[in-house]
Amino acid sequence: MPVLLPALLPGISLRALASPFLRTVHDEAGGHVLVLIQMSGGNDGLNTVIPLEFYDAYHSARSNIAIPEDKVLRLEGFDGTGLHPAMPELQQLFNAGKLSIVQGVSYPQPNFSHFRATDIWLTGADAGQVLPTGWAGRYLDREYPRFPQDYPNAAMPDPLAIQVGSLVSPALQGPALTMGMAISNPNSFYDLIADKAPQTVDSRAGDQLAYIREMSVKTDQYAGVIKKAAQKVTKQSDKYPAAGKNPLADQLKIVARLVAGGLQTRIYLVSMGGFDTHARQTDTDTTTGAHAKLLARLSEAINVFQDDLAFLGVSNRVVGMTFSEFGRRIQSNASGGTDHGAAAPVFVFGDGVKAGVIGENPVWPAKLTVNDNIAMQYDFRAIYSTLLEKWFRTDQASTASVLLKNFAPLPLIA
Amino acid sequence: MANPTPITSSIRRYKGEWKQAQVAHLLRRTMFGATREDTAYFLKKSPKKAVQELVRSIYPMPTPPINSYNDEKYTDPDIAPGADWTVAPKYDGMNNGRRKNSFKSWWFGLMAGQDRSLREKMVLFWHNHFVTETNTVDNALFCYRYNVLLRTHALGNFKELVRAITAEPAMLRYLNGYANTKKAPDENYGRELQELFTVGKGPGSHYTESDVKAAARVLTGYTLNYKTYTAAFDPNRHDQGDKQFSAFYDNHVIKGMKGKEAEAEVDELVELIFSREEVSAFICRKLYRFFVYHTIDETTEQEVIKPLAALFRKKKYEIGPVLEELLMSRHFFDTANYGSMIKSPVDFTVGLCREFGLSFPNAQDCEEQYGLWEQVRNQAAALQQNIGDPPNVAGWQAYYQEPEYDKLWISSDTLPKRNQFTDRMINNGFARNGKKVGIDPIAFAAGLPHPEDPDQLIADSVKALYSVALPPEELQLMKTSILLAGLVGMASDHYWTNAWVACQTKPEDKANRNTVTNKLKNLYRHLMELPEYQLM
Repeated sequence: MPVLLPALLPGISLRALASPFLRTVHDEAGGHVLVLIQMSGGNDGLNTVIPLEFYDAYHSARSNIAIPEDKVLRLEGFDGTGLHPAMPELQQLFNAGKLSIVQGVSYPQPNFSHFRATDIWLTGADAGQVLPTGWAGRYLDREYPRFPQDYPNAAMPDPLAIQVGSLVSPALQGPALTMGMAISNPNSFYDLIADKAPQTVDSRAGDQLAYIREMSVKTDQYAGVIKKAAQKVTKQSDKYPAAGKNPLADQLKIVARLVAGGLQTRIYLVSMGGFDTHARQTDTDTTTGAHAKLLARLSEAINVFQDDLAFLGVSNRVVGMTFSEFGRRIQSNASGGTDHGAAAPVFVFGDGVKAGVIGENPVWPAKLTVNDNIAMQYDFRAIYSTLLEKWFRTDQASTASVLLKNFAPLPLIA
Repeated sequence: MANPTPITSSIRRYKGEWKQAQVAHLLRRTMFGATREDTAYFLKKSPKKAVQELVRSIYPMPTPPINSYNDEKYTDPDIAPGADWTVAPKYDGMNNGRRKNSFKSWWFGLMAGQDRSLREKMVLFWHNHFVTETNTVDNALFCYRYNVLLRTHALGNFKELVRAITAEPAMLRYLNGYANTKKAPDENYGRELQELFTVGKGPGSHYTESDVKAAARVLTGYTLNYKTYTAAFDPNRHDQGDKQFSAFYDNHVIKGMKGKEAEAEVDELVELIFSREEVSAFICRKLYRFFVYHTIDETTEQEVIKPLAALFRKKKYEIGPVLEELLMSRHFFDTANYGSMIKSPVDFTVGLCREFGLSFPNAQDCEEQYGLWEQVRNQAAALQQNIGDPPNVAGWQAYYQEPEYDKLWISSDTLPKRNQFTDRMINNGFARNGKKVGIDPIAFAAGLPHPEDPDQLIADSVKALYSVALPPEELQLMKTSILLAGLVGMASDHYWTNAWVACQTKPEDKANRNTVTNKLKNLYRHLMELPEYQLM
């Protein structure tokens, strides 16, 4: 009888099973880890990866928010493409051969609703298709059959996937239930490791809650493995910003610790919000402001994460990708922002990445209208397909069955 | 584990705030869950009127259980499908088990469809007090009649109930009263009558082994007739000697009697027992533990139990006035008592059904109706509360075992199962022949005051389902992480509002309806996974 556990620590929801069951599938890419960074709200790709090649067209489409040409960060070997000046760390990663940029990522008939577009990205669906399962959930279901009944077991004693910083992602939804667990609150993660009681017990209800929480941690086998893995790592990179300054960095710090601590968890999800920049996305100085701050955090977090993975000696095991539910409109609006758009660039990073820019700078008609969007060059599922086949080494047929179609892989993985 | 701060509020009449929190507290303790309709209804009354209505309202007795149990192996030749089986002439190996099962599901259905009354909760209280087990009683009609007896006296007179249960077939069978004869006395009932049912084992109870023997002798003579399914008093089996009681009973002697009149000795025994003040204190403590909190400290004993017990005696063991006094008190409504109990499995399962407004099939689909009642009842049984079959004569441990009490409901086995149950209710529900019970998250949200506002939707959902508050960070996380798909800031709220409104005005937009449904499912699944949901 499977016993499915919720977890009741505040901010941590764990799910585990009671009956261990041996699984003997040999998985040669078992040590490879994928980190998905979700940028919620729809990132303005055109101000993230800037088409220097067509700078005049870029500037005239959005003169109130355009980054000055001389401020754009240059990429070695790709003169026509540059990065937002808030991301010097990503520039360095690119130049060091650890960052790949895929241009124009979207899907046919893009949807402009946050919720629907997010579901499409997370479930890996066509625009007109509603899927009950997530793309990562389908992969994990294929790789680890009979989850959760037969888990944890000797071959896979750890959570299949971990989400940090939020509660439930449709990406991890399996056929029956979620394939992952959530550490929604980084503080409670540290409380768990430190055996800190999450709540005082001086009230009647508080006393009952403390007992229920204690019971949930005791009975959850994953709480134990997570604690053990985390405790193996006593020192991490000193480049991390102070806790709370950069929530994405806080989340990735936990990921690095768990990977280095030996968890066999395959997929981690982290996220940051705030990309829905309809108004005032820049200051008068267009290199600063709301969007610049977000990109600076993204860049800082990815860089310190990479640094930490190298420090911990596991950087060869981890590849990450960023994504957002859509890009934004080519033309800026009168409030100094951008409205919901279509295609946008995706970053893929890690030691195992083949660095470079895949695809062309976006082009658009000379007579631009407010409704014009950046055209798709690559289906987002081609990136998933690449990560599954080249990083997780699934065969072509399995990849196609997870993604429900064939998507030719891109040259992203070295 | 540290002891919580004691509370000192008295038994005096509560005259404070009367808002959702207070009404829901009263309803969760006196009914199974606090439904939106009941909460709104009682919000319009005063605390006093609300309690009086819960205690005093008279609802008709439910119709008896019916034959929904014909299957491929058995068709009841005496009782038509859908007809009352309690009038059946005979019991055998084929029908008895099916009828016992039917009885238990029927009872579960009465809780799930309860009237606006304390009655059903009191039936459970008395069942846990005057325990019988269907497995031991082993006759469906006895089990049913015992349940009817409890319901009839649920809010009536305790002394009358003790007298009636003493000669009730299910109890005679369960505690061997039917086999208690002058030649071979069986002390089982004579003991439990004192130890568990009346004077108890508290500090004020000093009955002796000789009192057990004396009571057993008084009780000799009851028999069970398996042709008429009734109990009778047989003077030939009755011990006609005098029965000497101990100093605890003031050395009282019950004079031995002969013939049919000898049954009057039992009346005298009940009078004798009820002449001890400890009876009133014992029952008031048990009521307190069932309705308020598991631990009774010295202050509570003096300030709450003692005055209640005095009232109980003054009112000649009428239950209603004592319950009214307790439930109207400042002590009961002290906010420190909100969420201080862990839901019993019956509170957990029936409460979920009621608070989410689940509807079971109608009586014309009795097979599906009883089948689904049974499925959910089995969930409560898996959570260690199998109605009709408590673990032993003392009842469920969680109601009496020091020092854990209701914490015993939560174990490494039952905690995951509680979550599997709520997950299943939110995901697929339970089904029988195409009929289904499960949570409709859109319907639930639509009944809240402002489902279009993500902050209010979450705050009102928490209020509707929890007895305690959640920290603001938790509410915020649910909003951004679940309802807003990671979008942050006030400026993003309208994305939820638009999706919700579109769901109401453009139901043909399936993708949007799917989005809204999934978000609400995730929200309610999460709310029911947090430990706060275990409390009431």
